[in-house]
Amino acid sequence: MIWTELDTWIVLTGALTAMACAVPGVFLLLNKQSMLGDAISHAVLPGLAIGFLVSGSRDSFPMLLGAVLAGLFTAVVSGVIERRGRVETGASLGVVFCSLFALGLILIRIAADHVDLDPGCVLYGALELAVIDSAAVPRIVWQSTAILLLNLTLAAVFFKELQVAAFDPRFAKASGIPSGGIHHGLTVVTALTTVVAFESVGSILVIAMLIVPGASAMLLSRSVAGVLFWSLVVALASALAGHLLAISVAPEWLGWLTGRQDLGSLNSAGMMAASAGLIFFSLLAASHFARSISGRGRASVL
Amino acid sequence: MSTLPLEIRSLNVAYHRKMVLWDADLSIRPGRSTAIVGPNGAGKSTLLKASLGLIPAASGEVLFYGEPLKKVRSRVAYVPQRESVDWDFPVSARDVVAMGLYKKIGWCLPVRARHRRMADEALADVGLADFAGRQISQLSGGQQQRVFLARALAQKADLHLMDEPFASVDAATEQAILTLIERLKLEGGTVVCVHHDLDTVAEYFDDVILLNMRVVAKGPASEVLTPENLRKTYGARLTLLDEAVVDLSRPGAPRES
Amino acid sequence: MESFWRVLLLQDHNTRVVLAGACLFGAAAGLAGTFLLLRKRSLLGDTLGHATLPGITLAFLLAETFGFSSRSFLWLASGAALSGVAGMGAVLLIRKTSHLKDDAALAIVLSVFFGAGIAMLSAIQQLPGGQAAGLERLIYGNPASMTSSDAWFVLVASLLVAGVCGFLFKEFTLLCFDESYAQTAGWPVRLLDVLLMGLVVLVTIVGLQTVGILLVVALLVIPPAAARFWSDDLRVMALFAAGVGALSSMVGVVVSALLPGLPTGALIVLSAALFFGVSLLLGQKRGIIIRHLLERKAARRLVREHVLRAIFECAEEGRSVVSLEQVLAKRPWKKNEVVSEIAQLTDDGLLTTDPSALSFQFNGRGDSEARRLVRNHRLWEIYLLNHADVAPARVDRDADLIEHVLDQRLVDELEDLLDEKARERLVPGNPEKNLP
Repeated sequence: MIWTELDTWIVLTGALTAMACAVPGVFLLLNKQSMLGDAISHAVLPGLAIGFLVSGSRDSFPMLLGAVLAGLFTAVVSGVIERRGRVETGASLGVVFCSLFALGLILIRIAADHVDLDPGCVLYGALELAVIDSAAVPRIVWQSTAILLLNLTLAAVFFKELQVAAFDPRFAKASGIPSGGIHHGLTVVTALTTVVAFESVGSILVIAMLIVPGASAMLLSRSVAGVLFWSLVVALASALAGHLLAISVAPEWLGWLTGRQDLGSLNSAGMMAASAGLIFFSLLAASHFARSISGRGRASVL
Repeated sequence: MSTLPLEIRSLNVAYHRKMVLWDADLSIRPGRSTAIVGPNGAGKSTLLKASLGLIPAASGEVLFYGEPLKKVRSRVAYVPQRESVDWDFPVSARDVVAMGLYKKIGWCLPVRARHRRMADEALADVGLADFAGRQISQLSGGQQQRVFLARALAQKADLHLMDEPFASVDAATEQAILTLIERLKLEGGTVVCVHHDLDTVAEYFDDVILLNMRVVAKGPASEVLTPENLRKTYGARLTLLDEAVVDLSRPGAPRES
Repeated sequence: MESFWRVLLLQDHNTRVVLAGACLFGAAAGLAGTFLLLRKRSLLGDTLGHATLPGITLAFLLAETFGFSSRSFLWLASGAALSGVAGMGAVLLIRKTSHLKDDAALAIVLSVFFGAGIAMLSAIQQLPGGQAAGLERLIYGNPASMTSSDAWFVLVASLLVAGVCGFLFKEFTLLCFDESYAQTAGWPVRLLDVLLMGLVVLVTIVGLQTVGILLVVALLVIPPAAARFWSDDLRVMALFAAGVGALSSMVGVVVSALLPGLPTGALIVLSAALFFGVSLLLGQKRGIIIRHLLERKAARRLVREHVLRAIFECAEEGRSVVSLEQVLAKRPWKKNEVVSEIAQLTDDGLLTTDPSALSFQFNGRGDSEARRLVRNHRLWEIYLLNHADVAPARVDRDADLIEHVLDQRLVDELEDLLDEKARERLVPGNPEKNLP
């Protein structure tokens, strides 16, 4: 294994993005909206495509705006379908994001003559390419730092509102905290994070990092602040472990498993998601084990 | 060899390792109606669900007519709480009642006209003959409860286990359920209800089981509903109940509304 | 134009195969999806779809080792099925061993499995010879690549799904509606659940080729959700969902044959979305428009009733000609609402209004209609007062006559009570008694 400066940047970008996702993710998890991350990351595709079509360039404000609007559209329209059409939550979300994703695929194909946008790129990202930058610090590192700081600040400022809106939205509303507004705000932040992250790490890492670190942290801590802290740690650890696995161990395992010698290194974003899963399932096993020997209620691993 | 409809011996149930039912020991007498009464969270529904195997028991033995449930399923009918299902489900009242006949119809075979007639008869028995074709969300809460009763009725079982059938129903439904219980008893059946209303328990049921995680007392209503027993079941909150208790301990005493 | 007819008349063998395969898949997905929707597990299809990727890539990499063609759909499908089942197992494991909610379990398995799949896919993409193209079609779906043998697989699988759904229709209904009752009645709930999920896995595998991993959930969710707007009967709903599934697949395939270059899977999903949109608005049972109209109608009816009663009460006070002010003073209501209702009543021939529209009087029909309303209203009032115990469940304000709901003896009793209570107020008689 050869570790270069590029590897450092890859891990750094992955970790920053993962942590940026983990923050809103914890609240999505508490709101029982885990699948919203998946939905939004599919649904922003037409927003991105329209943004591209309008502006014709890859990094511009219209693209960001289009994607955020598409994310918000998903949340609002699926809410309307759920209430007015009396369709179950999951299904109404599914209807909206599937339709939008299909629309996005078609728009991208139509726009293919004008701009170079590969739907595959949206999914898997191109972490390995994105960090190749002439600047001393790649632009993408700045971007992910900015979104992480934004998310942390928002979480700190609105901590108690987010907490109460997640725990008891009706009480929140009755006591004057606009829980609807808070939910929409969370949706916007999720969409924004998704869009900023998609280019570097792809939406798959976003979906994973929105939920898996938070879920792992819930096995470790019972307070919201504790869950937030541990989710950042898990996000960081999965980024590091993911890249290490992608360039060294995993290709060998895969080669051994399938009897091939011709495999190169793997996609880092994908492996980061997979290692988050490894961490989660190890913690799950540990907490289950700890519970069964302690014989008490919800014993935590620590 | 016991022929009691239901016999429970030292049943223990835990949720997430918290014990909610301790060493429940009880037997239900045939041809009578029994109420399981106790404060919220006393494990009333849990007792019913655990004896039916819907939630795992930590230990204990449950016998229906002297046998494990598996062997006598057709003799036992369960009426779940109304809130336990989605009433928006796209089926009619008749369809729901016909579900009580599914086991009789058997695997893979369709519901035939004969079965629909049987379902309609059961619906007529609970006073819903005119509502057979209605989608279930278009029924009132009490009517929905009666649909559940009709389903159990269609099953033609000997033992009926009902989970809070009287919870938030209108007086007409309450009356219909009472008539039904009396009829089931006349036909030799046995009825067990989880009940929440101390005011009506002595009037509605022959036997009472007072439950608060443990079985506090069991037996004929008039013997069980003593101030002493109720204090043991409901604890200090009884000051409010004192008056009702004095009324209740006298069988046949008029109920004040 | 010529190509249009070629597509429409199914002159190409290939078009016929693709169309048949896609329609069969759509119908099977609609059927299985109906039960999935009613079991409130729609998004499980999404997780399942994504969870097939690691299995597919692994099967692809293993193909050479075991001497299979890496493009054999059946070989890749077996890999997909295995990892789909593993994904489902992981969801169940999380649900069982932790206190995390269902949606969290779904999201975790979806992203982790898909991430692992993407990582392995990247290894394939680096292999020489551009072999990965064969896998791309499973991610985005490309029914045009369907061969005859693939279509046979689709046919067999779809028939299997339809057959199991048909034979176990009542068992699945019971499972979805009331699981705990099913269990106490002695149905093997666990087995039925596994069977249903097995069908979903099968549909997912079949769908890989048609709409792809990412969108396979769409055909499990959208057609049943659309069908629910049209029927309150599960049998009708299931058939409708199968129909919508097949039809949207057909539309998608035909459109993509006419406009080559557009992704077929996405077109299929978009046409399903179109059906959903139409159903959401126009659905006969729960569509937004029909429900809005019913609500409006009820509101209109209430206003009409109130206006008629107000005029009647004014008339009871001894005036035969009633002025608008008198009516307005009767209750707190919006003036223009009253004015437009009076105009409507005049048009309907119930009122005679003077040209200024400020005063009006009943004519014969209006009088008997108002009598009917007032009588019903007052009798229901008395009924509520005297039979408070049973009344709330039985009062039906929409019934034309109280006699249609309560029996005649009870109505007579109520009328006597009303007579005693309000002897000074006139009780209008039953208008039907005066009719020939």
